[in-house]
Amino acid sequence: MRFIFKTNYAQDINMARHGGDRFWYGCLILLMLAMPLLIDDFYLGEISYICILAIAGIGLMILTGYTGLASLGHAAFLGVGAYTQAFLLTHGVPFYLSIPIVIVVSFLVGAAIGIPILRLTGMYLAIATLALCFIAEHVFIRWEHFTGGNRGMPVPQPEMLGLSFYDSATFYYFCLFFLIASMLVAINILRSPTGRAFVAIRDSEIAAQSLGVNLGIYKALSFAISGAFTGLAGALLAHYIGYLAPDIFNIFLSLTLLLLIVVGGMGSLHGTIFGAIFVGFLPQLIAICRDYLPSYIGSQPGLEPMLFGLILVLFILYEPLGIYGRWMKIKLFFELFPTYKKQTFKKQKVFTKTDRV
Amino acid sequence: MQLIQLIIDGVASGCIYGLVALGFVLIYKATETINFAQGDILMLGAFVAFSLIGVLGLNYILGFVLTVMIIAVFGFFLDAVVVRQIIGQPAFATVMLTIGLGFIFRGFASIYWGTDIFSFSTPFSGKITEVGGLIISYVNISIIVGTTLLMGILFAFFSFTKIGVAMRASSENQLAAYYMGIPVKFIFSLIWSISAGVAAIAGVLLAPITLVDTSISLIGLKAFAAAVLGGFGSIPGAIVGGIIIGIVEQLCGTYENYLFEGIREISAYLVLILTLIIYPRGLFSDKAEVKKV
Amino acid sequence: MSLFKVENISIAFGGVKALNNVSFEVNEGEVFTIIGPNGAGKSTLFNVISRIYQPNEGKIYFEGNDISKVAPHKISSLGIARTFQNLELFENATVLQNLLLGRHIFKKTNFLNEMFHTPKVRKGEMEHRLKVEEIIDFLDLQHYRDTLINGLPYGVRKNVELARALCTSPKILLLDEPSSGLTNEETNDLGFWIKDIQSILKITIIMIEHDMSFVNKVSDRILALNYGEILASGLPSEIKEDAGVKAAYMGE
Repeated sequence: MRFIFKTNYAQDINMARHGGDRFWYGCLILLMLAMPLLIDDFYLGEISYICILAIAGIGLMILTGYTGLASLGHAAFLGVGAYTQAFLLTHGVPFYLSIPIVIVVSFLVGAAIGIPILRLTGMYLAIATLALCFIAEHVFIRWEHFTGGNRGMPVPQPEMLGLSFYDSATFYYFCLFFLIASMLVAINILRSPTGRAFVAIRDSEIAAQSLGVNLGIYKALSFAISGAFTGLAGALLAHYIGYLAPDIFNIFLSLTLLLLIVVGGMGSLHGTIFGAIFVGFLPQLIAICRDYLPSYIGSQPGLEPMLFGLILVLFILYEPLGIYGRWMKIKLFFELFPTYKKQTFKKQKVFTKTDRV
Repeated sequence: MQLIQLIIDGVASGCIYGLVALGFVLIYKATETINFAQGDILMLGAFVAFSLIGVLGLNYILGFVLTVMIIAVFGFFLDAVVVRQIIGQPAFATVMLTIGLGFIFRGFASIYWGTDIFSFSTPFSGKITEVGGLIISYVNISIIVGTTLLMGILFAFFSFTKIGVAMRASSENQLAAYYMGIPVKFIFSLIWSISAGVAAIAGVLLAPITLVDTSISLIGLKAFAAAVLGGFGSIPGAIVGGIIIGIVEQLCGTYENYLFEGIREISAYLVLILTLIIYPRGLFSDKAEVKKV
Repeated sequence: MSLFKVENISIAFGGVKALNNVSFEVNEGEVFTIIGPNGAGKSTLFNVISRIYQPNEGKIYFEGNDISKVAPHKISSLGIARTFQNLELFENATVLQNLLLGRHIFKKTNFLNEMFHTPKVRKGEMEHRLKVEEIIDFLDLQHYRDTLINGLPYGVRKNVELARALCTSPKILLLDEPSSGLTNEETNDLGFWIKDIQSILKITIIMIEHDMSFVNKVSDRILALNYGEILASGLPSEIKEDAGVKAAYMGE
């Protein structure tokens, strides 16, 4: 086990806790940079997709994992980002301008949605966002001028400085760049007073308020920041898909994002990466499952939602901390070996509020 | 005249929303959790009825009763085996769990029954009656009468039977009920079982209108609007909320041209969001909101 | 002039009067304790002061200003901090993060510069930590600094909540049953800390408490409530002898 001897407050504030962290994360980034040399275009596309999922996951993680506000409608933000990006590029706005505009637009949309439904908590918020997801899908269908309606809308692929998004390596580097940038911004927000206020709202609204956190403003801010990240992911997703249709941004996509953060591990940014990898490779996983199952089951289209649900249920029941939580346990097991106790992570049971008036 | 016709159609579909919402409310009152899989249980009910009546050729009434019993037992064990495990965890966990369960049910249905659209004949199918120039289908009558009957039965159950009163007590205060010797866990499973049964009834009543396929589980989402409008803690509120949603949908559908295209499909969700924003306590909330510190 | 004044506060929940025409004054620098049987309205009074409940009638004055219309999240920046009867800590955060939240009202940065972790943000963080570490030393929490609240024993949690309230650099500290659930030894320590907070940090304390020997040891003045009404108020020695208080506690 590593003991860190702190001699400076900055050690608490810094991103990397110690030299080992810096070394391993450096290696990881080098590996990611070298990726186009190591694997073929198909898998590069997959990894770009995982980067996009991870960015959206960061957005939802800030809202749900850190602020404790469940959103079942995040596909709407992906849609807003994607359509805005496609619309701007179609109208000749260059890529380096369109991305900031997308971020600002989704930030504002997030705030606009966040403010009226601020007063709602828990279940009500989940229901309201679910309804919003349906309404958004409908708006995408009906607002033909902006979205092309059911016919869909092609996404122009930008070319600049001799680089083209048609080249999968270029696209991959863009996705990777935005993922790393998003990650850094998210870390910065979360280690600052704003991030702490989010966590405070998640764990006890009443205490947060008594310490001077303006619940309304911070919840709206969380919605807006979350919207901005997810909108950015949407813009990249638009390029990844190449052709937008309203039914892409359906409730299933929202739930995929939720699956991502639950499986990855609620309340950890590491979790978004783990979750994105898991969700990104899920279709392949399911394809493999199909091969092993008897053909009358394996060939059914219903298999995918069923496995999806099954994974969700199993994680909620048996590993609520997700892959990241499991990873921490395994790490601790080896660090403490042979003194590891199962009880270390035992959940405290909280019982339902019985004294309701 | 056309308006009355619309209202009758609206009331009929609203009753279905109301019945599903009723399931939400029962479970919410008792355990403070919302069952996002309620619509999927309705779907299972419709499919089971199809198997019994359409495939096995059982008599309608017998098939109906059997379906409700099967789904009710299913609901009981759903709580006893799965949902009970996460009582006391944050609301988010229950939301995700029940959503996951919903996906499993839907996936199972499409594997077991396939993705085709089914129908089975009922004594009400295709029959209509005319009352004073209004055309009323037997199916609609069956829904409205069925809902009314069910409400009466539930009212009697909760008011006069020992177990019904125990259920109400457990909903009011779990701990006190537990100390009084009420088997709270069993009662909760029973409440799940009733909710599932009610959803199954709604599914079977609905089957002649929408036919049977996996997409009818979406009714559960519209039923949220009914439950929220009714105040999410009130049983009559759920039904009234459902009926209002049903009527609003019919009206939006007919007067679509004056509003905007496609409003019918999202009208329920609009009502839901507006209710939550403007009057989050709903129409029939019986509880004064007191923040517990 | 009194530092803090409650004037004719009344509040009812669905017809039940939780507080009826309660008035009292607290002087600067004293430990003012509110006692009373369960359901007397003590916690309600605290929730009214911290603006979680809106009283039906009455006013609250702090440093001569009426604060009965101030938004709940602004109370702490006026200099009123509180703890909660059933602990309202941020369970999934470390002790340090909990205490840093106590510094929230002093933040000078917004999320735009926090996003890029500008030098200003860094400087602010360092300053917050300076104050927090002071409190950590004051309440002997060094050992738990990086532990999650989840894994802490109850006594330490209570201590952390007290520390978090102190981090807001309050003028008045509202303590809701600070000794409940503590061992005798911990209660003793708490007594010393309260005295220290009063004499070293110069913070006025309003406290709800049940443990009468503890109350008599630390309080300067006591207010007894029953059924939402004031039963008696005065010095600890006076309260001990008060017939009404005895009746309320002993059941006549």
